[in-house]
Amino acid sequence: MAPQTTHPAVLLSGTGLRKSYGPVEVLHGVDFEIRAGEVHALLGENGAGKSTLVKILSGLVQPSEGTIALDDKAVAFATVADAENAGIVLIHQEFNLAELRTVEENIFLGRERRKGLFLNKAAMRIEARALLDQLNCAAPVTAQVASLPVADKQMVEIAKAMSRKARVLFLDEPTAVLTKAETASLFALVARLKAEGVGIVFISHKLDEVEAIADRITVLRDGNHVTTVSADGISPDDMARMMVGRELSDFYPEMSAPSAETLLEVEEVSAPSVRRASFDLRRGEVLGFAGLQGAGRTALMEAIIGLHPIENGTLRLNGEACTFDSVAESKTNRIAYLTKDRKGKGLLLANDLVWNFSLFALDKFATPFLDRKAERAAYDAGTQAVDLRAASPKMAAGSLSGGNQQKLLLAKILEANPQIIIIDEPTRGIDVGAKAQIYGFIADLAAEGRGVIVLSSELPEIIGLSHRVVVMHNGMVTGCLTGDDINEETIMRYASGLVSERAA
Amino acid sequence: MTDTTAQQTKPGLLAGLDWKLLGPLAALVVLLIIGSLLNENFLSSGNLLNILTRSAFIGIIAIGATFVISSGGIDLSVGSMAAFTAGVMIMLMNWMLGMTDMIWLIVVVGIMAGALIGSAAGWLNGILITRGGIEAFIVTLGTMGIYRSLVTYLADGGTLSLDREVRALYRPVYYGDIFGLPIPVLLFALAAILGWLVLNNTAFGRHVQSVGANEDVARYSAINTDRIKVYAFMIQGACVALATIVYVPRLGSASATTGVLWELEAIAAVIIGGTLLKGGYGRIGGTIAGALILTLIGNILNLTDLISNYLNGAVQGVIIIAAVFLQRGLRRKS
Repeated sequence: MAPQTTHPAVLLSGTGLRKSYGPVEVLHGVDFEIRAGEVHALLGENGAGKSTLVKILSGLVQPSEGTIALDDKAVAFATVADAENAGIVLIHQEFNLAELRTVEENIFLGRERRKGLFLNKAAMRIEARALLDQLNCAAPVTAQVASLPVADKQMVEIAKAMSRKARVLFLDEPTAVLTKAETASLFALVARLKAEGVGIVFISHKLDEVEAIADRITVLRDGNHVTTVSADGISPDDMARMMVGRELSDFYPEMSAPSAETLLEVEEVSAPSVRRASFDLRRGEVLGFAGLQGAGRTALMEAIIGLHPIENGTLRLNGEACTFDSVAESKTNRIAYLTKDRKGKGLLLANDLVWNFSLFALDKFATPFLDRKAERAAYDAGTQAVDLRAASPKMAAGSLSGGNQQKLLLAKILEANPQIIIIDEPTRGIDVGAKAQIYGFIADLAAEGRGVIVLSSELPEIIGLSHRVVVMHNGMVTGCLTGDDINEETIMRYASGLVSERAA
Repeated sequence: MTDTTAQQTKPGLLAGLDWKLLGPLAALVVLLIIGSLLNENFLSSGNLLNILTRSAFIGIIAIGATFVISSGGIDLSVGSMAAFTAGVMIMLMNWMLGMTDMIWLIVVVGIMAGALIGSAAGWLNGILITRGGIEAFIVTLGTMGIYRSLVTYLADGGTLSLDREVRALYRPVYYGDIFGLPIPVLLFALAAILGWLVLNNTAFGRHVQSVGANEDVARYSAINTDRIKVYAFMIQGACVALATIVYVPRLGSASATTGVLWELEAIAAVIIGGTLLKGGYGRIGGTIAGALILTLIGNILNLTDLISNYLNGAVQGVIIIAAVFLQRGLRRKS
């Protein structure tokens, strides 16, 4: 990281970028620029507007207002292809690969090398191999992408971008799925690309990585540009402070003390993506679950409620050993799980609100024919309790705002009157006002004597809500933190696997 | 985030739902008016009962298909399944003639065997789909071929005919009536009412449509999705059995050509009726209207010389496409 003596040219810049979805503006006039040969980190909490900004700059969505300039000339990217042709490549968190085709076919997709009428496969294979070798990736170029481990898929994405001669490369959480060694070779590549004059936008929640490779840092908060600073001398703590930017204490509700009575004990449970996980949940407690993406938190909870088989270990509910083979069984035993994938697994988007509300506890209203009056009365009471604002109970669930969808999902689960509620990402993609309300509900549920488990990738949320925090890394529980240990730094140390309470 | 953009489409969805309920009924009324204008005998009770009776086979099968399709599946095997069921029923009843003189017992056993075979065949489809993890289209394409060739094999390439004596006693199930209403029509009505009750007014029916709307959501909502799907296919099988039980006394025979293309007619009736082919939303009332519409077209073409009867299939095809176009088009515009 040699200090630049002169400012290199600005490759790509956005000025006054705004974006509205319907009546809601999510990006309020943001400026952002990428210079040749720099790594520019883009930081912000979930929902801060990072992904919207990136999508605008890479042609995936159009800004509602504002301009984009490439090499100081105004441009408008109508499609991703336009942006890619201009050398601007976005590598998504979710990969954009044709899973059933080979590595080589993916790298050259749309720009196949030809020899006359036919494909020049030999040339493409040699070139693909060379690209992957630069990345220290051993994946065979003739392998089907679907058969590769996630890290290799990431490398194929990057090789694809390199083959496109990218001038600006957006890396959205590129290391979430990589091991230390893989991360190191990615960073070596980033350094090489930098030296070649490529501008790199790096988005990551791993602040120590940002500290290691970023030249400049831009922070977004609630759709606003907070600051752009040189990364020199900025510590991960400073970054976290800039991202959060508000006093956390008044945002979170008062929590009542949990009782000593244990509701659920999980002992040495192994399941797909989970290895020998143990924890316990008390009555009246909010138990936070922290960890990086893929740490196994969701997998553990889905195994507990019977969506995936438990391979080994014991569950004890109110002191009695039990296992659940289906969600129906765990529901009967008064355990309920709110998925983080509201749209894909939580709600039937085309069905009306009442239908969605009663789906989880439908047996209550079937005697054997559905009692629509009782169903509607329960809907009215249940949605009022979570302050659901909807134009009509007959409207489609997909038309609700994110916050109201989350409230509907919560009301749906609560209708079954669970004793243990597991909430995965309770506030993902919802606005600040609804967030505070959801936090209030979580506190109330615990105060009523239920046990609440909160899985979240937003550390402030975990810290603000939890009585205790369980941290997972790589399928294992690495720690259970209490009191003053519940802070970002300690959680991150356990989450990244640097420390563990148990021998591996 | 993007969901707020969908806000404006909300009244449109409601309008779409209304149209789905009223559309098939409106089309039915239009066809009745056209029919009555073309031929004065059209609205005679004799002709109307004839239409209802002829609609009964496809209608009953289509009620089952409404369950399968709204659960997100498809069953291509129903026509072959009907032929196979009819063949085995006829062979069984003929075979029993040598064992007992009680013809009524033979008929009762034959009917019970038919019910059993149909339900079992439906169950098999469901199990192959859920346990085997194979798409419904592929499984039922396979069983369609299997049942069709089995009945050809059983009939040795010819026709299986029910013994005259048995047929004489069994005959009223198709040709008989109660208070002037033909028995097939009564059974059709009974199946329709039962189907409507189950699909729209029980937890099971709600679960069927929820599985079709989004299987993941259903699974996370404590629904045993595999069981729901198997039951939907069993209901389809039972409906095929009922249709076959009514069908056997009509001709008293089964051959390789029995029930050919019934699956497509049943699916067409369901789709005309407003049920979504991709699942998630089913309407028994619409399906009944759809089955009647298909029969009416044939009947009207028979009664008039305006369009050749040979174009029956073409007119049906136009109606199917037009029905879906109207349903989708209206929904998108508003």
